[in-house]
Amino acid sequence: MGNKQTIFTQEQLDAYQDCTFFTRKEILRLFHRYRDLAPQLVPLDYSDKPAVTLPYELIGSMPELKDNPFRQQIAEVFSEHGDGNMTLDDFLDMFSVLSEMAPRDLKAYYAFKIYDFNNDDYICKSDLEKTVNKLTRNELTPEEVSLVCEKVIYEADVDNDGKLSLADFQHMIVRAPDFL
Amino acid sequence: DGGDDNEEGSAVENEENAKGTDKGKKRAIPRTRRAHARGRDRHGDEDDEDDEGGMRRAGPRRHRSRRRGRAAGNEASDSDMEPSKARKNQANKESKEDDEEDEDEKGDKSGKGKNEKKGDKKSDKKGKKEKAKKKKDKKKSGSDSESEEEPITEEELAKLKEEVEEKKKLIATLRNKPWKMKKKLSVLKEAQLFVDKFEGALGKGKGKQFYAYKVMMTKKWMKFQRDFENFKTACIPWEMKIKEIESHFGSSVASYFIFLRWMYGINMILFGLTCGLVMVPEYLMGKPYGSLPRKTVPRAEEATAMNFATLWDFSGFAQYSVLFYGYYNNQRTIGWLKFRMPLSYFLVGVGSIGYSFMIVTRTMAKNANDDGGGDDTSFNFSWKMFTSWDYLIGNPETADNKFASITTSFKEAIVEEQESRKEENIHLTRFLRVLANFLALCTLAGSGYLIFFVVRRSQQFALEGLENYGWWERNEVNTVMSLLGMFCPTLFDVISSLENYHPRIALRWQLGRIFALFLGNLYTFIIALMDEINLKARYFLPLTMFDRLLGNIEALQSLEEEKIVKYNMTIWEASLYNGTIPENSTAPPIQVDPADVPRGPCWETMVGQEFVRLTVSDMMTTYITILIGDFLRAVFVRFFNYCWCWDLEYGFPSYSEFDISGNVLGLIFNQGMIWMGSFYAPCLPAINVFRLHTSMYLQCWAVMCCNVPQERVFKASRSNNFYMAMLLFILFLSTLPAVYTIVSIPPSFDCGPFSGKTRMYEVISETLEHDFPSWFGKVFGYASNPGLILPFILLMVLSLYYLNATSKSYKEANLELKKKLQSVRIEN
Repeated sequence: MGNKQTIFTQEQLDAYQDCTFFTRKEILRLFHRYRDLAPQLVPLDYSDKPAVTLPYELIGSMPELKDNPFRQQIAEVFSEHGDGNMTLDDFLDMFSVLSEMAPRDLKAYYAFKIYDFNNDDYICKSDLEKTVNKLTRNELTPEEVSLVCEKVIYEADVDNDGKLSLADFQHMIVRAPDFL
Repeated sequence: DGGDDNEEGSAVENEENAKGTDKGKKRAIPRTRRAHARGRDRHGDEDDEDDEGGMRRAGPRRHRSRRRGRAAGNEASDSDMEPSKARKNQANKESKEDDEEDEDEKGDKSGKGKNEKKGDKKSDKKGKKEKAKKKKDKKKSGSDSESEEEPITEEELAKLKEEVEEKKKLIATLRNKPWKMKKKLSVLKEAQLFVDKFEGALGKGKGKQFYAYKVMMTKKWMKFQRDFENFKTACIPWEMKIKEIESHFGSSVASYFIFLRWMYGINMILFGLTCGLVMVPEYLMGKPYGSLPRKTVPRAEEATAMNFATLWDFSGFAQYSVLFYGYYNNQRTIGWLKFRMPLSYFLVGVGSIGYSFMIVTRTMAKNANDDGGGDDTSFNFSWKMFTSWDYLIGNPETADNKFASITTSFKEAIVEEQESRKEENIHLTRFLRVLANFLALCTLAGSGYLIFFVVRRSQQFALEGLENYGWWERNEVNTVMSLLGMFCPTLFDVISSLENYHPRIALRWQLGRIFALFLGNLYTFIIALMDEINLKARYFLPLTMFDRLLGNIEALQSLEEEKIVKYNMTIWEASLYNGTIPENSTAPPIQVDPADVPRGPCWETMVGQEFVRLTVSDMMTTYITILIGDFLRAVFVRFFNYCWCWDLEYGFPSYSEFDISGNVLGLIFNQGMIWMGSFYAPCLPAINVFRLHTSMYLQCWAVMCCNVPQERVFKASRSNNFYMAMLLFILFLSTLPAVYTIVSIPPSFDCGPFSGKTRMYEVISETLEHDFPSWFGKVFGYASNPGLILPFILLMVLSLYYLNATSKSYKEANLELKKKLQSVRIEN
């Protein structure tokens, strides 16, 4: 396969392959997906590393993310300044972590950040409540929600401070068979 | 400078966070700040001496250091050695100088220098290992710090090498680090530059050429590996299709297709074995069609041999071809290559079974590893909360379903948590469950009896001559079996609604019942088939039907039958010589057209044919079910909805869901049949490859076009090993008949590669005699002595027991630790 593409230099592609879990083809495919969100904003030539950022609204409208209740959080965690607007680098980074080749502990680290809505490095009860409501689209009653949150804290909180730290979260999630 | 300090400190902290080890955190923070602070002074000292090298501190350079501040935390310690080395090695790359400049500017505090930084960096990067190395380095660098003017010593070389190794390791694991892409890219660049710069330089002195060559080869090898990985990923077939299905229907439906693809891979390999080592050699090098009696269509059948109906039935020309067992000649070697056909046939048969066992067990072990803890219920709610959303869903309808199912599952869990046992319901539930099981048993028994009855009837028809009956009677057995396979699972589904189990448990019961159904059907079929083998004997010997199951009687009968046929043949030959039966005839044999020679019975071909017919009819049934059950139904619902009384889309027929369990079981049983039959019909794997290939395309299309996502979208993760376990069980059961026939039943005398032998496995002893040196045969003889084999089996059983015991003890230890954790938590 020759270097028939003119979007990236060979070095850039190699660097991306080293920094993510993707192959060359996948990186190019991701670039085209990124570009398809806003063809007029994203140039076809990335060899001089233009600083192009796509706003959150465009990212959140991707079919893969549109139905995800956590898309806002995901975009914020991976974006450069925490506001949801992503450059191509952030975009690649996000999908690399979410891909199936990323190891569990890496995913756990980012999952913790995603579920931490108030960004205080702990998942406290209010974060849990928000999570449950997003998951069930507000269909549970408040008592049910609070029962669920209490159970979660009871189950996973190892150091007993009433909220989940990264260590608690990782300890709990790494065992989960459904954590994909 | 303070700012830089903070940046570096926080950069290192971030690394520690990323590793998630508290230990790392505690260690890094105080030492980092102190070490960095002290390190800078060391730089300051060195710089004064370095000034003549033309390195100036420049204000503007500070900016660069700030921007690279994060990465610099790692690089700082590397550049420690550089001032001295740079002059010695005279490797003046611009960027590296910049690095040095940046670090040099960081400040003027006093410090101990290299040792601490190095140790620091080591703890940053590797955390737990190499405390010993650190100490050694301290001593070495202690001596080094005074000797900047001396040539590179061995120790420094070794240190450099270590650093280069570390950098390489960093590059290799870079994608696992939870840093932002920008940071990763800059770290990568610097690490690569460092490695590039010093790898060449390290080669100075003895063995430089070789070292440089080694480096180049490593680089080439890595590039080749990367290209190969890219190529491999591009080679995986149907990946896009499956991903699309996954996004619409969730990972459980996609797991069926992944399973299908895996099966396709196995069948390709089996096909390669049978085709390449059995069919192709015989076709190329064996005697051509028509040269031997066994390779020719008998005169009686010649008229209809090319009809489509006959070919579809796999008789006629199809029967007398490489596709079936009967065509093969029993010559020990064929062709100019001296290809040992019977040996190859035997080994391919045994080898494909062995290969299948190995790969299924290996996949199971891999799945078990991935599963990890497995049966934990201690994190029930947490897992529900954090892992129930399927991030692969990309379709609003599926997302809706997923939301609904998550809500339901939460509600269920809440109810279970709150509810206390209600006494009155237990008896009712128990009664209902017993009733359901009873009904299921009745269905199973009924289906078994139906099959038995139908096979008996078909034997009746066969006795009276198949020409008198129409299509239905001829294909009754196959059709009935397929129909049973279609309708009984639905019946089981209805029955299971009585039971009121948790859906996962209900699924397992369902799978178990369908499994029993298919198994019962298959074995009833085989038993009836065994009868049919003996049916041939009944043409000649009037014995009763009912005590015919397996055993010496069969062998005896077919021997009897063969004796009779042989006798008939000698008489026929004699008739050719017009009455005289010459004892030791020296007269030239009369030329007879092979088609006219009377043929002996060939039960292996017959068995092979039955399996092929069953596979083909199964395939047709599946396709027709998809087309009618899914496609026509969808068309009907879509277009007749306008003129129907009730809403078809939500009401009775509605669109069908993709039946995962039914399809998976169908696949597994189909494979069981292939394994059973491929010894007698080498064409079976080829047919199966074709079937799986078309099945993939057809089902992918049908799923996307006619099915809707399921109500309860459930995850695929746990069920995989369940399917593998069933596959293994089926594999074991399928190989039993084949092994039995190899070992106990004598092969037909008039067809196949083993004709003339008393047992099929004798081909091995024959090969040992003829093709291997004599001592080999002796060794083999000793090894196959029961006196040696039995202790070996005993040893295996004991080691199995031992491994089982150790794994149990590990599990218990695990539980103990968990309990301790709990109690510690409670104490706190």
